[in-house]
Amino acid sequence: MTIEFETPKPIAQQQYVLKTVAENMMRSVSREMDENEHAVPYGYIEFMHAAMRATGAGSLAPKEEKKEEDPNKPKRPPIGYQLLAHMLEMLSWGDVGMYLVTPGGGLGAAAVQAAATPEQKQKFLARFGGEKPTFAAMCMTEPGAGSDTSAIKATAVLDEKTDEWVINGEKIFVTAGHKSMAADEQFGKGFIVVWASIDPKAGRAGMRGFVIEQGTPGVTVTKLEHKLGIRASDTAAISLVDARVPFDHVLGSPTVERQTEKGFKKAMATFDATRPLVAATGIGVARAALEFVKEKLAENGVQIRYGLPRNKLTSIERDVIDMEIMLRAGWLMVVKAVWMADNAKPNALESSMSKVKAGDVTTRITQKAVELMGPLGYSREFLLEKWFRDAKITDIYEGTGQINRLVVARQILGYGGSELR
Amino acid sequence: MYSFEPNEEQQMLMDAVSRFAANDLRPVAHDAEEEGKLPLKIISKGWEMGVLQASIPEAYGGFGERSAVTGVLAAEEMAFGDLAGTLAVMTPSLFVTPILLAGTEEQKQQYIPPVIEGDWQPYTAALIEYAFDFDALALKTTATADGGDYVLNGEKAFVPYAKDAQAMIVYASLDGQTQGFIVPKTAAGLRVQEEAEKLMSLKALPTYRVTLEGVRVPKSNRLGGETGHDIGPILAASWVTLAAMAVGVARAAFEYSRDYAKEREAFGVKIAQKQAIAFFLAEMATEIEAIRMLTWEAAWKLDSGAEDGYQSAYLAYMGATDMAMMVTDRAVQILGGYGYIREYPVEMWMRNGRGFATFTGLAIG
Repeated sequence: MTIEFETPKPIAQQQYVLKTVAENMMRSVSREMDENEHAVPYGYIEFMHAAMRATGAGSLAPKEEKKEEDPNKPKRPPIGYQLLAHMLEMLSWGDVGMYLVTPGGGLGAAAVQAAATPEQKQKFLARFGGEKPTFAAMCMTEPGAGSDTSAIKATAVLDEKTDEWVINGEKIFVTAGHKSMAADEQFGKGFIVVWASIDPKAGRAGMRGFVIEQGTPGVTVTKLEHKLGIRASDTAAISLVDARVPFDHVLGSPTVERQTEKGFKKAMATFDATRPLVAATGIGVARAALEFVKEKLAENGVQIRYGLPRNKLTSIERDVIDMEIMLRAGWLMVVKAVWMADNAKPNALESSMSKVKAGDVTTRITQKAVELMGPLGYSREFLLEKWFRDAKITDIYEGTGQINRLVVARQILGYGGSELR
Repeated sequence: MYSFEPNEEQQMLMDAVSRFAANDLRPVAHDAEEEGKLPLKIISKGWEMGVLQASIPEAYGGFGERSAVTGVLAAEEMAFGDLAGTLAVMTPSLFVTPILLAGTEEQKQQYIPPVIEGDWQPYTAALIEYAFDFDALALKTTATADGGDYVLNGEKAFVPYAKDAQAMIVYASLDGQTQGFIVPKTAAGLRVQEEAEKLMSLKALPTYRVTLEGVRVPKSNRLGGETGHDIGPILAASWVTLAAMAVGVARAAFEYSRDYAKEREAFGVKIAQKQAIAFFLAEMATEIEAIRMLTWEAAWKLDSGAEDGYQSAYLAYMGATDMAMMVTDRAVQILGGYGYIREYPVEMWMRNGRGFATFTGLAIG
């Protein structure tokens, strides 16, 4: 082992290509997508789907077993999560709202990936390698249950006569919920993973994820939210009234295990894996904003004089330097967290720290950038004001900054939920 | 490739330094600070671990190759024990490392082995000047060419062990460029103030004002010879070292206040069970890790000759100065009244923490 910061070649190549995508397919329509909330960026979606089918990159679809690997070939260290984090950072540098409608299963598929049996993975994930771009979404949040997921009220009751689960509840803030559940000829048939309790008395131990296919009777998209930013991404409310799904659509054990809280832990495992990835998207937005600031300063002949003591720097230089420090540190924390994931090292602490940091970095950089750029920052002529609005979500979704601080604190203090609430 | 694990050699060095920090430095740190002196045997023991010697090639009396990464790993571990002690142990590096980085072959052969091969000896360097607007890139101390010599004039401050130093590197402005000059103890016009300086912390590290009045050194004493040198790599090496030491001091304060918060009770619970304290600690841990990553990357860039190594080292250092202040201040806050009492170590770490913004050139590794 060693300490190294060289971007692996396959990642550098990928980034080169993705930068072109970000510039030509995202930035070019960024403003239009922002001004026309809920418009669908079909061009970008089709392109990404085709590209991902061709390369297999970013897809959670089960891969065919590789045959007869040369045993003499030296094994390369795995870099899957690192590739993904870089990809997300670059696409979010392009447009984070549009990145969120990248087909391939998103958080829904990630939940299946984390908690399903091999048979279930085959059944639910194969579609993402199909001809049409396909979406899946995760339904956790409810009107009365946000960060406190144990307050979830949705229920799943087994109907023993038909061997079906009957699911009832109200889910909100479902990213890509509409694209996953509303029929669209351009897209394949999607699904949602709904978190519901199989035994409300059991608390978290009773929580399970259920895969609900598009077209299931009783499932309705009731609302599309209007948001501060990430407007290219649909955020849906979904109502479930006696929605019936086959028995094998439950992720994890169908019976309550009071002692282990296994069901809920599986849901949380999804977050361990995805937090640094969400952090990466925030870093991408922040980088876009900082690059804009530096470009504008350079155009106007303002140089940043690296190497001076703080009390000799101008106010702008200090701000830019602080932004650069934050951005790079935030990004390196993401890279470390995903590197740990790739190398099967437990990374719950690093994951949450990277999300805490990215939430801060992304909001502070974009907010400072708008301030520094004055009228240019506030004008809708440039994208900076949009990035400021887009950025804020980083500190809210996938665990707010506060929830992640709690997770970090528990880790460093060796406390469980009962000791530090 | 990305990789975040020290190699075996680095890990062994870190373990050894870490033991020295915990078993030797930390236990004497409080008294050393209060009494204003550190036992020589502790300094010697630190020196014998060979952190500096391991970064010097055999040709110059050492037993390794220079690696900024290894340097920052060791610096963090040692500063976790005590900053003043670390700076004392590493003082000879202020003389040796710039010569290694920027000296001519003759300079390396002449000056490095006598320092490296023996016991710890006070060789030092003088960069800082006593002015609020001190700037390493615009020094007030001047060097002017005069025949076969350079003539140095000016006043330096924060020069560790200057009184006993056999020789020091004096940095001065030569035609607007910061250049280093090797000045022996015996040079006429070199005057070291009798009394050590009185600083907010680092009381265990004797530092002095040094006055140069028409000090003449032969042209061959200019670092890098006739054509001189770029000050950039020397500053960059100092910045990453200081950044790593800031991480070490911050980690000391963080761990101490974390452990305290898990013991101290208020309102029927440990104060660590209160989110106000727990979130403080979570943010401290996050910032420490953030700056550690920046520091490692900057050091790695210096080792691999990356174009933006200088800039990265500067950013790591600038980030570290803020982080160290934030973390040590919060550690004092978590201890409350006890944090303010000198019997507990956190107030000293807070005084250390404020210093990093001023310490450019006071450490290099």
